[in-house]
Amino acid sequence: MTNIAPTASRIKSRLGDRVFSNLALISGIVILLVLAAVAVFLVAQSLPAINATPEDIGSGAHTLWDYVGPLIFGTVWAAALALVIALPISIAIALFISHYAPRRLSQGLGYIIDLLAAVPSVVYGLWGITVLAPFVQPYYAWLVNNFGWFPLFAGPVSGTGRTVLTVAIVLAVMIMPIITALCREVFLQTPRLHEEAALALGATKWEVIKTAVLPFGRAGIISATMLGLGRALGETMAVAMVLSPSVVISFALLQSQNPTTIAANIALNFPDASGIGVNVLIATGLILFVITLIVNSIARVIINRRNAFSGAN
Amino acid sequence: MSSTTTSFTNSRRHVSVRTLWATGVLSVLISFAFFWLLFVSGISQSFKWVPAFVLAVIVYVALAFTLSRIVEGARKAVDRLVTSVLFGAFILALIPLLSIVIMTISNGIRRFDPQFFSESMRNVVGAGGGGLHAIIGTLEVTSAASIISIPIGILTAIYLVEYGKGRLAKAITFLIDVMTGIPSIVAGLFAFALFAIFFGPGIRFGIGGAVALSLLMIPVVVRSTEEMLKLVPNELREASYALGVPKWLTILKVVLPTSIAGIITGVVIAISRIIGETAPLLIIAGLSTSVNWDLFDGRMTTLPVYVYTQYANQGADAQAYIDRAWTGALVLMLIVMALNLIARLLAKFLAPKGSR
Repeated sequence: MTNIAPTASRIKSRLGDRVFSNLALISGIVILLVLAAVAVFLVAQSLPAINATPEDIGSGAHTLWDYVGPLIFGTVWAAALALVIALPISIAIALFISHYAPRRLSQGLGYIIDLLAAVPSVVYGLWGITVLAPFVQPYYAWLVNNFGWFPLFAGPVSGTGRTVLTVAIVLAVMIMPIITALCREVFLQTPRLHEEAALALGATKWEVIKTAVLPFGRAGIISATMLGLGRALGETMAVAMVLSPSVVISFALLQSQNPTTIAANIALNFPDASGIGVNVLIATGLILFVITLIVNSIARVIINRRNAFSGAN
Repeated sequence: MSSTTTSFTNSRRHVSVRTLWATGVLSVLISFAFFWLLFVSGISQSFKWVPAFVLAVIVYVALAFTLSRIVEGARKAVDRLVTSVLFGAFILALIPLLSIVIMTISNGIRRFDPQFFSESMRNVVGAGGGGLHAIIGTLEVTSAASIISIPIGILTAIYLVEYGKGRLAKAITFLIDVMTGIPSIVAGLFAFALFAIFFGPGIRFGIGGAVALSLLMIPVVVRSTEEMLKLVPNELREASYALGVPKWLTILKVVLPTSIAGIITGVVIAISRIIGETAPLLIIAGLSTSVNWDLFDGRMTTLPVYVYTQYANQGADAQAYIDRAWTGALVLMLIVMALNLIARLLAKFLAPKGSR
């Protein structure tokens, strides 16, 4: 795309050309510098936290790692639960839109699901705490009464419904449009011949999907999952508003003692933090950054590998 | 082999639409009768509509599956089952969307009055007050973030598509990917870490929020602009070069006008994405209760932060605070919807006319 420009040796380079290309180059370099600055400043502000004393940290933790451990657990646990809820539903919706809904409707239906992505996260938080939590609480009580022997549903039940399961439901609603949109794109790219070959062998619609669409879309589904997971890991306000937090490592879904997440913990404690406490919170933010970076990188690697494949086809 | 043959013969017999309707009515009757019995016998205190409806759907799917299995064979039955499950998943996703829209409108309309748009929260305790300071803050911080991000984003995309090759372009593409994944709260922490070094740890001002938001906005602008520039056919560029037009004028006069509709759509969608951000602003822009016009001095509240603080710091007369939070949410949603609508209209009007 770039080689078609007249070469500089033939035509003497014009001032406008040089100014413009340098301008474009500079803005590219600005991005390089900004990201370098993000890394440098976050690390610089995190360093004092490594030697933080228990008084600086508060909340009874002895070292930074004691403090971060339950937070990392909470972050991963809430995001994983959200993914377990969102993934099957998202794949189902994507299949419905791409293969079941009438052609004329499918774009409109996709747009409706995309609307969920346009809702600001603070509105999700407000909805989660005022509408969803009171709504699900009786069902939680019922679950604990009848299935309390199962470790995940161990009692005593939370009286407000502000548990990690409610958070996971809100997060699932938030990441669903992302996963759905990506899966939809991938499913639509299934080679028509594969589907028609399956149909010609007498397959029903579901068998076409099972034998042609899903195997073709596997890499796409995995990367969509990773991107959704990255979003869920970093989500702040919905968790901060809905969850009633405490510093515990607990798998119980329905109790009022819930592990909180890194992002929500920063949002709740930052306005009142001072001294080394600020550095401790920034250090937890850096850890969150690294976790999401790893998850997103895995997704990108899978997407890029897939691109290489489809180019060969 | 045998299964194929049986299904072939069976496929002549199929469950009619009328039978399915009858199954539906039957399952609703069964489910509602069950919950009505629970209610009458006193086991549950009220008639539970939601579980009754859910049970009706489950009974219907189970009955239809069994019926289809007997009449049409196993493969067809599974196909029917999957169809209902997929449709059910779609309906399930609509429930939160409808619930959010309905709750936001019905709760937000209560304080959606002139007072909300003309007064701040200065010296307001309990009822009254409004969100003027938050609306001003949102407009200023978002505009500042856009002024920073849009030129950098579009120029970077031009660099990547028109000029970039080799290691630097690869590095920038990779970093854009990294930036896309930055959690919003980390962007806020970065802005804080940056400005705290120069202004001390108590720093809170609007422009810091704008810097944090532009960190989130730049990758979105770059990505969408890049996609749009790649869609411009190479023949157009070649034709322009053939006429002796320099490269920079080709980009300005041919490439950008061809793709401007898509670029503007992407920019507006990026704005609508960051206008709802709360966490970074909570950290670096702080919150205030009065109107602050100055981006560079003093705390500045934006609408999402306003919604959050109204809910989180309820005072006496809690209902007034919750009402204000919902109205703030409604205004925010209206702005986001309006931006999305504008993006679609612009895309329609600015699209290059020509035979396609």
